[in-house]
Amino acid sequence: MIIAERKPFDEIKQMIKDYPKVLIVGCGTCVAVCLAGGEKEVGILAAELRMALELEGKKIEIGETTVERQCDREFLEAIASQVEQYDAVISMACGVGVQFLAEMYPEKPVFPAVNTTFLGANEDIGFYTERCSACSTCYLALTGGICPVTMCSKGLLNGPCGGPVNGMCEVDRTRPCAWCQIYERLKQQGRLDLLKGVVPAREFKTKPAQFIHPAYKKKFERPQ
Amino acid sequence: MAFTPKIEALICTYCTYTAADMAGAARMQYPATVRIVKYLCTGRIDILHILKAFEAGADAVMVSGCEVGDCHFLEGNLRAQERVEYTKHLLDEIGIGGERLEMFHIGASDAPQWAEAVRQMTERVQALGPNPLTVKRRSEVQVEEKS
Ligand code: SF4
Ligand code: SF4
Repeated sequence: MIIAERKPFDEIKQMIKDYPKVLIVGCGTCVAVCLAGGEKEVGILAAELRMALELEGKKIEIGETTVERQCDREFLEAIASQVEQYDAVISMACGVGVQFLAEMYPEKPVFPAVNTTFLGANEDIGFYTERCSACSTCYLALTGGICPVTMCSKGLLNGPCGGPVNGMCEVDRTRPCAWCQIYERLKQQGRLDLLKGVVPAREFKTKPAQFIHPAYKKKFERPQ
Repeated sequence: MAFTPKIEALICTYCTYTAADMAGAARMQYPATVRIVKYLCTGRIDILHILKAFEAGADAVMVSGCEVGDCHFLEGNLRAQERVEYTKHLLDEIGIGGERLEMFHIGASDAPQWAEAVRQMTERVQALGPNPLTVKRRSEVQVEEKS
């Protein structure tokens, strides 16, 4: 899932300082699981802002709402009548949600309340670790299920580099070398021959990606 | 004259509530400044519950659970402890002040400790004065009345 971190309070307060009525919109999916922007975090931010601004003598009205997913138009459409009543909107979703909300309501200033950080796993409540960089060419079949793009500090596809010492990465000696881990995993599975091949350089994105499911080509593919 | 603070006490049923109950049954004297909210475990106490108490005008909030290692649900009190620490930081950022919030660990048989904790917290808040929100709200009412 997408992992995000709540932005510092002062940064958020600064963004909305000129608006008397602000709606905070949470997202009930990824950012709710990582405790950054779900319904509860909307409540916390709203209480923080209300109290801090009241102490500063500013009159502000803060609305709170949370949708199932902000990266889906049908959920964002449902809050149109609420958005209309406010001068600005704070989105607590990942960067996708913030942009989708801003696109849907272009007349309203939309501000992000979280920093979208990575694609990661939920290790435990409050603890998340990165696993994938959404590179569009998944190599996990060749690497024993360990991502070279993300877990290797240099993102090498044909590792390791010359740097690992006792299985630790030269970029950060406290972290394991991903390629040493890949070697160990493949050895354990008797698949070391996979390392003999050379993986060609991957394509780097030069424009935002889009993907149309093969079963929806007629509907969405427009002649360029 | 020192004001009479309003302190919200969020406490767990297994330890601190039993201690508070015993303090009452034994007629131990302590300041009548606390309003108790009983939880099954302090692990259930959310940051939002604490913030709402301050927003509603509480001068202080005390969270109290079992002693470390004694939680009925193993580590609810440790989770609460960490949340309280984090919420103190939020209260500093807001301008309410983190020192208005404190975590205590009071076992079921420690009624005198409960009475002492309430005394301590009451004294602390008396030194700090009322919740700054209350002060602000009062001054606004006075301005309105004058005009
Ligand atoms: S190779 Fe790594 S970054 Fe690329 S899709 Fe697979 S897991 Fe994600
Ligand atoms: S030591 Fe390992 S993880 Fe670090 S950069 Fe080299 S190959 Fe990558």
